[in-house]
Amino acid sequence: MSPLLSPGTPAPDFTLPKSPDAKLRLADTLGHPVILAFYPADWSPVCGDELGVFNEVLPEFQRYRAELLGISVDGVWCHKAYASARRFDFTLLADFEPKGAVSRAYDAYRAQDGFSERALFVVDAAGVIRWSYLSPVGENPGADGILAALEALT
Amino acid sequence: MSARLTPPVTARDHAQGPPDAPVTLVEYGDFECPHCGRAYPMVKAIQRSMGNQLRFVFRNFPLTSSHEHAEHAAEMAEAAGDRGKFWEMHDVLFEHQDALEDENLIAYAVTLGIDPGWAAAALEQGLFRGRVREDVASGGRSGVNGTPTFYINGARYDGLLHPTSLLEALVRAATPE
Repeated sequence: MSPLLSPGTPAPDFTLPKSPDAKLRLADTLGHPVILAFYPADWSPVCGDELGVFNEVLPEFQRYRAELLGISVDGVWCHKAYASARRFDFTLLADFEPKGAVSRAYDAYRAQDGFSERALFVVDAAGVIRWSYLSPVGENPGADGILAALEALT
Repeated sequence: MSARLTPPVTARDHAQGPPDAPVTLVEYGDFECPHCGRAYPMVKAIQRSMGNQLRFVFRNFPLTSSHEHAEHAAEMAEAAGDRGKFWEMHDVLFEHQDALEDENLIAYAVTLGIDPGWAAAALEQGLFRGRVREDVASGGRSGVNGTPTFYINGARYDGLLHPTSLLEALVRAATPE
């Protein structure tokens, strides 16, 4: 595992599909904090737990006006089915083509496995990474670190 | 990250066992979660084994994205709690995880002597939704990372969901250095 992009680093800008017919550019969503949650794959059990926990905690993120973006190498149709089945109320981005390019830009890609690390970043309203955390790939990190980082921004 | 129970146990919580017990075990659980269902008899056995050495606290963390009945089950537990029957409902729910439709929940309330009209209204009007969401919010701050998540004297237990492992950790926490 290589170290993730660290706090103080400007968050690399990116544009990724958020649905079959729409894209999201990071720079356009700033103005409020953004939580980037890289994860290995849709449907795998730990990811489900992690994103399921985050989905429940969304109102706490929103208290800090923070937006949660999930990112994996799965394609848009897979994300759409997954988000619908799990009734997620946040956006999943497809780092699908070129595969893992955004994950690599954040040093959050597992080239040996071909999927993203389980990694969290809190980006402030100005687009600077303020906190990052690399979780063991099979371990759900929980939301406490994110909430503490958001609290520290205020 | 060393996740800590935030906020700590207060009078607001549902607790079994003496408040001055040397060990407090807190569970964030989901009444529809199969892992929580497996943990339920383990906790019961541990309570029997440790007696007044243990205080046990339950907070709600319904994973609504995976479990469609979990939110109402949690709200019904809180509704029963409002009538002094939290633990009775907690047990009934974990013993009937395959029957958690609203009509089942209301029938359980009736068996506990709770008025069915009131129980139905509590669900429909979301009277206890706020209380459940408070638990979830505290779970987020406490580092809940799936259900169940346990805390022993405020520190998240990251060991196995296995009766021996959990009991050993509790006994260690109860034993003065």
